Amino acid sequence: MEMWISQLFNGLSVSSILLLIALGLAITFGLMGVINMAHGEFIMIGSYTAYLTQNLFKDLLPKGAFDSYFIAAIIASFLVAFVIGYVLEVILIRHLYGRPLDSLLATWGVGLVLQQIARSIFGAPNVAVSSPSWLNGGLELIDGVVFPYKRLFILALVAICLVAMYMYIYRSASGRRMRAVMQNREMAACLGISTRRVDGMTFAIGSGIAGIAGCALTLIGPIGPNIGTYYIVDAFMVVVLGGVGKLVGTVVGALGIGFFNTMFEWWSNASLGKVFVFILIVAFLQWKPKGLFAVRTRQLD
Amino acid sequence: MTSIFADRRRLWLLLGYIAAAAVLFCAPLYLSDFRLNLLAKFLAFAIAALGLDLLWGYTGVLSLGHGVFFGLGAYAMGMHLKLQASGTRLPDFMDWSGLTKLPWFWEPFKVFPVAVALGILIPALLALFLGFFTFRNRIKGVYFTILTQALVIIVTTLFIGQQAYTGGTNGLTSFTKLLGEPLRSDTMKTVLYLATVAVLVLVFMLCRYIANSRMGKVLRAIRDGENRVRFLGYNPATYQMMTFAFSGALAGIAGMLFVLHVGIISPSMMGIVPSIEMILWVAIGGRGTLIGALIGTLALNYAKSGLSEAYPDFWTIGLGVLFIVVTVFLPGGIAGLIRSGAEAVRRIRGRGNMHESGAHSVLQGSNRSV
Repeated sequence: MEMWISQLFNGLSVSSILLLIALGLAITFGLMGVINMAHGEFIMIGSYTAYLTQNLFKDLLPKGAFDSYFIAAIIASFLVAFVIGYVLEVILIRHLYGRPLDSLLATWGVGLVLQQIARSIFGAPNVAVSSPSWLNGGLELIDGVVFPYKRLFILALVAICLVAMYMYIYRSASGRRMRAVMQNREMAACLGISTRRVDGMTFAIGSGIAGIAGCALTLIGPIGPNIGTYYIVDAFMVVVLGGVGKLVGTVVGALGIGFFNTMFEWWSNASLGKVFVFILIVAFLQWKPKGLFAVRTRQLD
Repeated sequence: MTSIFADRRRLWLLLGYIAAAAVLFCAPLYLSDFRLNLLAKFLAFAIAALGLDLLWGYTGVLSLGHGVFFGLGAYAMGMHLKLQASGTRLPDFMDWSGLTKLPWFWEPFKVFPVAVALGILIPALLALFLGFFTFRNRIKGVYFTILTQALVIIVTTLFIGQQAYTGGTNGLTSFTKLLGEPLRSDTMKTVLYLATVAVLVLVFMLCRYIANSRMGKVLRAIRDGENRVRFLGYNPATYQMMTFAFSGALAGIAGMLFVLHVGIISPSMMGIVPSIEMILWVAIGGRGTLIGALIGTLALNYAKSGLSEAYPDFWTIGLGVLFIVVTVFLPGGIAGLIRSGAEAVRRIRGRGNMHESGAHSVLQGSNRSV
């Protein structure tokens, strides 16, 4: 029983991180038809921003203030990734609309460059970020099952991001414009929405959330230039499984992949578990080729 | 007028191909052993690039999973060589991992022809399997690409994880002989090189035949407008599956030759980065032209072997920048450059025979909206 509960909690924890990563991917893909292979590198950017914030706090501020660095790190990670994402969209992504496969290759090149830059600045070995002291330890609700505060904190962070995304997409004027462009780009443009601005904004927000994900990952383990590639393929699977264009699809997709990954790895081993999940996804696509929640459209292509 | 020009051009083209083949076949006469081995390796890569070009450049299906097919072919040959090297005993890594008996799926690889057949069949069947379950359902092209990339991750983790059966991270190495002959001897190397060139020429001719046949037309039509092809009564899924399986088989052949030249295969050679590098070979040379795939493979690999050892950091950044530049500014690749250059020359001479409007319709279909 204890095993079950802790495995379920593990699954939830993995899902929450996947969700944070896949959120940006799903939105940019749904909105612009752009596959952003450099998304993993925005995670890395977020992680290293957290690392730098930590160092800044350690060097400049009195010792008592150190514990609050993590809150600042989350905000800084979002902002840095946001700005870099916006710049990338303006310089490169804008020229690749309507060519999803080309966008995939070009952004992969961007990812390669960003990784190498990180390697030259911070060095190839992993760096550790020491988490604030108030996140050490865990909550013991049932005997023998400990919920680490770090994981709980990440869950709360993801929940906040999700609610914020929901409010933005479904309750704000800017989000309404975004949905309009996603549903029918030409018509939205005719009605006076600047699709360019919406695209740039959306891409930047997606990148910013990936930055937050990167910041959260520093709580779990050391970070290196390759941290993004480890998560990115799973995040893509979330998009494939959940479909694009709806927030709930990404949530369900992330939960599905996270739980099945944890369960299969528990029952067999890490390498076979991945095989099972992959087969399951391919089987699932036989039933729903466009993912769980696809926006209905009468367009053919 | 035009037909005479066309005929003359065809003749020149044919002569060019024959000359290029002759240069390749005579390479053992003028290249050092090291250079010959390098060229042999690159030509093996070129076989995989041809298959990839047929799939991506002609059919418009982008696979990031060709490293897997390449690796499966390579492992098939590697298993045979390993069994040859071990003689009657168990391969060394199985001993270390505590196996006492040869696993059943290793048995067929004892026989050389069977190993070769499996090295072609296994990748082709895996491709057919994945293709069957994706193309048939009209799963979006991008989804297919993501699935192939996931396939890479899975197969590599599987090969690393099952150390007792696959050799784990180290892969298979320390081969000694092929068909009773020592693998490292000079004659063997020359023979293997010539075999690679022969296979490459055959594959090139086969791909060219396919590309120029009726099937090639259908493939290009699928690339430019899949739904229109469907409305005309063709089933694009069948063509996509066949092409995917065929290019998987070619990647398998390339892998087998690669192992013979290099003498090692490990999971890192079939991972994400090698798979996507294969795409770059085709992209740089010019997708949609077979000769472009050849040129791109040779150019990029020579650049890599020259630069990556001297400036490894620079090389990675260069590779990334190359990806961006080629996809954004130069979608036609080197072949596209040559073609537009030749066209410009012809226009300056004022001969204006304008029958090349179909130069690169992938790019014309880039309906960039709003």
